[in-house]
Amino acid sequence: MNNPQSTELLFELSRPGRRCHTVPATDDLGDVRELLPASHRSEQPPPLPELAEIDLIRHYNNLSTQNMSIDTNFYPLGSCTMKYNPKRHERLANLPGFTGLHPYQAEETVQGILQLLFEFQESLAEISGLPAVSLQPAAGAQGELTALLVAAAYFRDRGESQRTQVLVPDSAHGTNPASAALAGFTPITVNSHASGLVDLEDLRTKIGPQTAVLMITNPNTLGLFETSIASICAMIHDQGGLIYLDGANMNAILGITRPGDFGADMQHYNVHKTFTGPHGGGGPGAGPIAVRDFLEPYLPLPRVVCENGYYRLQYDGAKSIGRVRSFLANVGVLIRGYCYIRTLGPDGLKAVSEQAVLNANYLRTLVAEGYEIPHPGPCMHEFVASARSLLREKKIRAMDIAKRLLDFGYHSPTVYFPLVVPEALMMEPTETESRETLEAFAKTLLAILQEDAEMLRNAPHTLRISRADEVKAAKEPILRWRPEEAVRD
Amino acid sequence: MSGYLVNTAADQAAMLQRIGVSSIEELFSPIPRELRLTRPLQLPQGMTEQELTDHIQTLARQNQSAVERISFLGGGAYDHFIPSVVDVVASRSEFYTAYTPYQAEASQGTLQAIYEYQTLICQLTGMDVANASLYDGASAAAEAMLMALAITGRSGEVLLAESVHPEYRQVVATYAANLKCRVVTLPTPAGFLDPAELTRRVNEQTVCVIVQSPNFFGHLEEVADLAKVTKAVGALLIQSFDPISLGILPRPADYGADIAVAEGQGLGIPLGYGGPYLGILACRGEYVRKIPGRLVGQTTDRHGQRCWTLTLQPREQHIARARATSNICTNQGLYALRAAVYLAALGPRGLRETAERCLKLAHFAARRLCELPGVRLRFPDRPFFKEFTLELPMAAEAVLPPLRQAGYEPGLPLSRWYPQWSTAMSVAVTERRTRGQIEGLAESLRHYLESIPSRS
Repeated sequence: MNNPQSTELLFELSRPGRRCHTVPATDDLGDVRELLPASHRSEQPPPLPELAEIDLIRHYNNLSTQNMSIDTNFYPLGSCTMKYNPKRHERLANLPGFTGLHPYQAEETVQGILQLLFEFQESLAEISGLPAVSLQPAAGAQGELTALLVAAAYFRDRGESQRTQVLVPDSAHGTNPASAALAGFTPITVNSHASGLVDLEDLRTKIGPQTAVLMITNPNTLGLFETSIASICAMIHDQGGLIYLDGANMNAILGITRPGDFGADMQHYNVHKTFTGPHGGGGPGAGPIAVRDFLEPYLPLPRVVCENGYYRLQYDGAKSIGRVRSFLANVGVLIRGYCYIRTLGPDGLKAVSEQAVLNANYLRTLVAEGYEIPHPGPCMHEFVASARSLLREKKIRAMDIAKRLLDFGYHSPTVYFPLVVPEALMMEPTETESRETLEAFAKTLLAILQEDAEMLRNAPHTLRISRADEVKAAKEPILRWRPEEAVRD
Repeated sequence: MSGYLVNTAADQAAMLQRIGVSSIEELFSPIPRELRLTRPLQLPQGMTEQELTDHIQTLARQNQSAVERISFLGGGAYDHFIPSVVDVVASRSEFYTAYTPYQAEASQGTLQAIYEYQTLICQLTGMDVANASLYDGASAAAEAMLMALAITGRSGEVLLAESVHPEYRQVVATYAANLKCRVVTLPTPAGFLDPAELTRRVNEQTVCVIVQSPNFFGHLEEVADLAKVTKAVGALLIQSFDPISLGILPRPADYGADIAVAEGQGLGIPLGYGGPYLGILACRGEYVRKIPGRLVGQTTDRHGQRCWTLTLQPREQHIARARATSNICTNQGLYALRAAVYLAALGPRGLRETAERCLKLAHFAARRLCELPGVRLRFPDRPFFKEFTLELPMAAEAVLPPLRQAGYEPGLPLSRWYPQWSTAMSVAVTERRTRGQIEGLAESLRHYLESIPSRS
């Protein structure tokens, strides 16, 4: 249904005098002019819109129908692990026994949530093979930053302040070099080999006494497992450096192999990816980190600890880097992750990775019938196709294919990432999709190749809007509604 | 096999055949044998939904939520009322199971909602531009500091009032640990940052001044004066504000702040034991290209129809990589939506009434509590909004057990962060409290004070 009703901006729907929420009266409690000096009092409240409850609900419900979502569409967005979000998680995470907890309540009144979080820490440690966990980081990128701050504190403690460089493969997520810079390091790019894996020769020339950390994504963003990971880690460790694993792709290796076992010293999890916290249209996520025991003293505080069956928050630690957020963690997201791990258990988690890899390879095989896939299989949980020959031969870009897929009710793959593949189309079907869905999607992808190039360049054609002009948006940024800019159709 | 997997054994066999391998194991051949986990993960066995529900409900029951006690806890997380419409909208799975709106045409719902959020935050703060959200109030303060470093190009001192939330100060210090600046905390013995003290501390190398108003003690800062002092040396004034307070207090832009940040939890987000919450950041228009995180902009489609898209992305990590304004990627999209629905549901009058009710109830509570023997306001000359700091005639920790016994969470002993202030307790009063509850708290405290034999 394409219902444009009430989808004007809130500010255009506003009518003076309308209202939704009312507040209990306080007339018997004095006059605000006696309670606040004039210099700290505004005569008028902020100029917010005025709407009735029905206006509000119709507005947002109709807006919601202009989204694609996992619950309505196949969403093979590479690197994002758009798996099904179980409904039981929503119900359980919203129990008043969790949502009503103030972060500064006494520990004896929050033993249930502390137990849950402690057990979640233990599970993350077991899955990664890295024993010490901090739940604090609010998302993967903050997990990266936190781990790099931990590494910096560790090296400072050891008097190794010459370690100023962080090595980052060219196929890495952009957050890696950004986090490295924010943590005070100089990011150095390591090239990929034609195989898509880290170029060991290039890596060798870049390692030295100045190397602090190698940030590696494994499986990498091409969906390939770094087969030489053990020797890569050894090369870094021999020089006294640390290995950071970007855990964005953990969905491929649950119960199959563990970062701690293949040489990583630190990693983050994207709980909203691997353990299916919903993505929320861009968060909230959670990015807990797991590290080796010798890095534990540097983790942010507080952490959840258990002493003789009593759970408490540990606030003291002289070597801790401090805090990266207020309060404890994105607890609501962690509850969902905990529910997921408890539902699946060890066998279920391993089956997740097996089925994710099976689905990716199946889709890869089907897509390979019409698209170039530059790196040989098998892949792990995702793969990257390239539209470079299409661009050359038919002037069709990866973006055109992505936009045309929307017409058929499919969210597009990730495009133009990783940067090492020109005209990249990165596809991650996840384990929760059926064979028929993958087949229908592949069929659509192949059918698009037969379509008129001009029509593709103008896609999408069937959504409420046609292609958005991103150049215009950036050239004359309009980042908020203002009364004088109001235009009514 | 778990209920979330769909392909049957027959499906799998057909898929393997099509791929041209004989087993799933073969697909994992790139992972060297010696790196494989050869035992099952040591985790509890899986559970059905029914078993999981029983287990989680048991854990939830081992908590005593704020609804079971009458809570006056604050310190950056507040028990504000959440209208039903907020939960209803946020539980639309077209919103909560969508990803970041990178494909504009398939994400107009999220994009328009975030554009509206950005506008609402600008209306709330008086600022020109707001981003699509950050993690929480503390990291928003840290991101604002990073902006100030980039905007001023200075590498001197970041001045932080001691009256800023102690955890925010820790986060700012953690973010700055390896950067070319020094974070200095300015003492606030009188419960606020004295503009005269700030005048002595700023210089031509000062990067920014970070203040919170209402501050951690609940009291207001002289933000307008602080802004003047700060700007006189070319530094930036960053104000952390309470969004609910802006129903009645001057807006950060009115005070002259350059960057306004906030914890958005009060805007329709449950207490949830500390997160996820919402980091709000808004600033003057001239700083737009230094702003961290995502921004939604208005544009048109091929047919000239108004629509929305993520914009100014060259600032962001996925394009700028090491030169990005921030490393943030995933933010708090769904909670920005909650905040937008909340602000739209309240409207100007609802926000005004909520703020007035907080203000009046808090002052009523302060009056009633200060009628008790030995109880007084620690900073009696400083105006406050919904939170204030009491001086008790004994260690603040000592009043907690008896008052909890009586059914109250009376407030937050400040000794945890300010060890020398053993008798200080901050008390937060939101619009959810009633006159009767406040009288009950005062009576219970009176009863306790009268029960102890020796008091000063």
